[in-house]
Amino acid sequence: MSIKGIKRWAAAGALFFWSFAAWAEYKLNLQTPHTSLGEKIYDLHSIITAICFVIFIGVFGFMFYAVFKHRKSVGHKAAQFHENTAVEVAWTLIPCVILIAMAVPATGTLITMRDTSEADLTIKATGYQWKWGYDYLKGEGSGISFYSMLSTPRAQIDGTDVAGRNANPNYLLETDNHLVVPVGKKIRILTTAADVIHAWYVPALAVKQDAVPGFIRDTWFKAEKPGIYRGQCAELCGKDHGFMPIVVEVMEPAAYTAWVGSQQKKIAAAKVDPNKSWTLDELKAHGEKVYAQNCVACHQATGMGVPGAFPALSGSKVVNGPKADQIKLLLAGKQGTAMASFKHLSDADLAGVITFTRNNWSNKTGEAVAPAEIKAARN
Amino acid sequence: MNSMKSERANRRMMTRLSIFAVAMFGFGFLLVPFYEKICEVTGVNNLIKPAAAVENTQIDKSRWVTLEFDSNAHGLEWDFKPVQRSVRVHPGEMIQIEYDVRNNSANAIVGQAIPSYGPKHAAPYVKKLECFCFKQQPLQAGEGKRMPVQFVIDSALPADVNTITLSYTFFEVKGAAMPKAGGQG
Amino acid sequence: MDAAHAQSHDHSHDDHGHKPSGIMRWVKSTNHKDIGTMYLWFSFCMFLVGGVMALIIRSELFQPGLQIVRPDFFNSMTTYHGLIMVFGAIMPAFVGFANWLIPMQIGAPDMAFPRMNNLSFWLLPPAALLLIAAQFMPGGGAGVGWTMYAPLSTQAGPAMDLTIFAVHTLGISSIMGSINIITTILNMRAPGLTLMKMPLFCWTWLITAYLLVAVMPVLAGAVTMTLTDRHFGTHFFNAAGGGDPVLYQHIFWFFGHPEVYIIAIPAFGVVSQVIPAFSRKPLFGYASMVYATASIAILSFMVWAHHMYTSGMPVEAQLYFMYATALIAVPTGVKVFNWVATMWKGSLTFETPMLFSLGFLFLFTLGGFTGLVLSITPVDVQLHDTYYVVAHFHYVMVAGALFSAFAGIYFWLPKWTGKMYNETLGKWHFWLSLVFFNVTFFVQHFLGLAGMPRRIPDYALQFAEFNMISSIGAFGFGLSQLLFLYIVIKCITSGEKAPDKPWEGADSLEWTHLPTPAPWHSFETPPVIK
Repeated sequence: MSIKGIKRWAAAGALFFWSFAAWAEYKLNLQTPHTSLGEKIYDLHSIITAICFVIFIGVFGFMFYAVFKHRKSVGHKAAQFHENTAVEVAWTLIPCVILIAMAVPATGTLITMRDTSEADLTIKATGYQWKWGYDYLKGEGSGISFYSMLSTPRAQIDGTDVAGRNANPNYLLETDNHLVVPVGKKIRILTTAADVIHAWYVPALAVKQDAVPGFIRDTWFKAEKPGIYRGQCAELCGKDHGFMPIVVEVMEPAAYTAWVGSQQKKIAAAKVDPNKSWTLDELKAHGEKVYAQNCVACHQATGMGVPGAFPALSGSKVVNGPKADQIKLLLAGKQGTAMASFKHLSDADLAGVITFTRNNWSNKTGEAVAPAEIKAARN
Repeated sequence: MNSMKSERANRRMMTRLSIFAVAMFGFGFLLVPFYEKICEVTGVNNLIKPAAAVENTQIDKSRWVTLEFDSNAHGLEWDFKPVQRSVRVHPGEMIQIEYDVRNNSANAIVGQAIPSYGPKHAAPYVKKLECFCFKQQPLQAGEGKRMPVQFVIDSALPADVNTITLSYTFFEVKGAAMPKAGGQG
Repeated sequence: MDAAHAQSHDHSHDDHGHKPSGIMRWVKSTNHKDIGTMYLWFSFCMFLVGGVMALIIRSELFQPGLQIVRPDFFNSMTTYHGLIMVFGAIMPAFVGFANWLIPMQIGAPDMAFPRMNNLSFWLLPPAALLLIAAQFMPGGGAGVGWTMYAPLSTQAGPAMDLTIFAVHTLGISSIMGSINIITTILNMRAPGLTLMKMPLFCWTWLITAYLLVAVMPVLAGAVTMTLTDRHFGTHFFNAAGGGDPVLYQHIFWFFGHPEVYIIAIPAFGVVSQVIPAFSRKPLFGYASMVYATASIAILSFMVWAHHMYTSGMPVEAQLYFMYATALIAVPTGVKVFNWVATMWKGSLTFETPMLFSLGFLFLFTLGGFTGLVLSITPVDVQLHDTYYVVAHFHYVMVAGALFSAFAGIYFWLPKWTGKMYNETLGKWHFWLSLVFFNVTFFVQHFLGLAGMPRRIPDYALQFAEFNMISSIGAFGFGLSQLLFLYIVIKCITSGEKAPDKPWEGADSLEWTHLPTPAPWHSFETPPVIK
């Protein structure tokens, strides 16, 4: 393969670089960091990649020189040397020196990364299958607590609304409740999990920390600029691992204070909630939303489930049977199946979703389940 | 080459390697206590045993440490909350705080609390003298309890640590006898 | 293989010299060549099964949205793709090479324990069936990832039990195979063939076999603990009973990191045979190659937790694992430099085995460099569990192990079958594989850098273009392997007759002392090594 071979090599090389040029407009590096630690990591990655690239070019420069000049077809006769102590010692020691040069900045960055002391705000992030729960433990907003789950409409995911998906810049990276934090403050995130291991990962803030059930781990970030930063669960956690995003909203201090105020009002409002009297239609409408977020992935929008994997609700014996059994099932879950306990939902949410399932599709019980009944069943 | 002799050598080699493989299988299990030991020595997970002795009883008035308290109930219908969310203390001071727990389910349940610390390397410096996590906690349906934790922060705590989170997670102890669930978990 | 033109000196005592025929020749075979052949064909079948799973994954990821499979089935595909490729395809392929080549390269008549050899092969098909049967259990396959992290695995459906049983079976098979290889190499070398005169392929397998005997039992322990946690009320990995889920990760990676080298080191061995042969020049730095391989093996036991930087370790531990991991770059670098120095001032030709070896060298080094980037803890924390890691280990596993397996097959096919493969088609296979491999995996670096997590069935729109390119590449790569199957079958059925030594520079015993094709019984009288 003389001339023909060279042509092939050249063609492959051209293709390789063309592919760079053509896609250069797309993101080829880490996300733009928005914390000073993130910038350090970004630079560290760039430096190490550059060093590797230079060595790569050097080593394969030699190899390709040999490939072109020391080939049999150009009449090169093989030398018979097979060792050279000086060279071998050199190429053992030089990489050691390069590695030490890399380790120095890496060590500094790592120590900064792990220093979670003197945080202004402590927030606990709890991983659930498949959503995040946030509890503000210390600092302004302490006491706020909420769940955060994917808000991308199911229709965009399963392909019935492709146009909506294509028009949605935050497809799969949007949640109903954002984790709101103030700008310029050191935020310490404690991670834990309720079921299996999850990982809390926001690339632009340079944080990733596993959330291990039964234990807490900590990490931190300090956002430099207000904005919305998006990430995802990074540790395989079962079926909907790909569908539990993290959205961090960084606010100016004043806006943050206002947000804390509104949250605290909401907490106060939620307390009187159980006494509100709901009509069947109100419950059903509310329940439809709850269903779309919690149930649709398995039981499907049609209520038909997935044969062999997830049972149908439409026509189901439980849904059309006594109310108490269905309430119990939702509160306790069903051992050994994918049906988890949903007792973390509010009384109103559970009442709504049960009412919705009992009066939708082919189910026509005409019965409403009141939040008070859920409250009673819990005790 | 004497084939009988070589066959014997082969068998001896096989025996040795098999013993080695079995030993490595055992080694896998040995990693469990080994890991626990490491966690105990480094204090990463010094869990449900009281601290042996507090060596440094000197109170370091020059330093403040913030302690945060956190709680989780793992798949339990229990309300479990610290009475105080955080306290500021001097290392060496004896501190007592309390947790409230209430069993909201219709059944009696025995729970075991597992503590965890953030940051992890602060763990060996939190010397628990008394803790509800030292034993299983049986709760009748609807029963509530206030449970104390008593501890000292060792004054040898590294200077870079000034906030420690103490987090407890309650797990159900399945099959534990309800009336007098004794012993340590 | 059928053409047994037995040369006179191979039938010095013609006791059981005639091959049994029919299916029982294979079922009851104790012949290292037959068993090697079975290993290789088994591994190719598993390669196709795992490949189809990969293509299901890439089809789903062709576009955003859930089109083809459901998320739990997707998870099951990523899990079994990993398990089947690692335990079913790559490892058996190299055991196949070991069976065929080690006795011939050290001048031994067969493996040390021929009947155990038969058993270690025949454990594989049932294990493979268990892995496939797991897909049809209630609830589908266990979508827990090939790493089978607790507590996801302790909560998975009944498919997990089949998977655990399959891993046990595969482990026993590997351990028996390794015991056989170690004993053969240490006890059965021809007189005069000292360890430091052995072909490097034998050295790499000797080291690999020791690694296997040391770590496969540890994996067996880890999955046994998973099993007892699932069914017998133990709490190894359950915080509720005083266990710790992270303990599983420590035990798994204590096995898992050496496992990476179990896959890579025999690949180094194959390449170390092929490159000198086509450079017509002895291997540069033979002794340093041996020492480098041994250092890599030893270091591999000391770096396991670099897979767990985000699981929450003390900062001191993170620093130690970062330094130790980066250190592996030194012996690995020595090997790459030695291969390049072997080519330097050689008289190079570029037949298919050489092309695959050069592809190996180029792409494995690239994978090594991304490994170095990942060893740096702060950077790894950003890239851990993203597609960057997926790209990294496919450069090491596919471009590393698989390309070198292809190099080895093209290199020894004439010796095994007595016939030549079609050189033009072989070159086509190489170039198609090379191009499509890079189309598939190079872009995944960018996906990972931009923050796309692994093991997700659907992704945000900003990842769409690269995923589409990657999927196209994957189909190209998959189809190219059918060309490989065609080349091998064509070689066996209608290849031209191969000379005894088709490669001018080949110098190990199977080329210099045996006819082509290698007779069914070889070296019943050991050769004399000067």
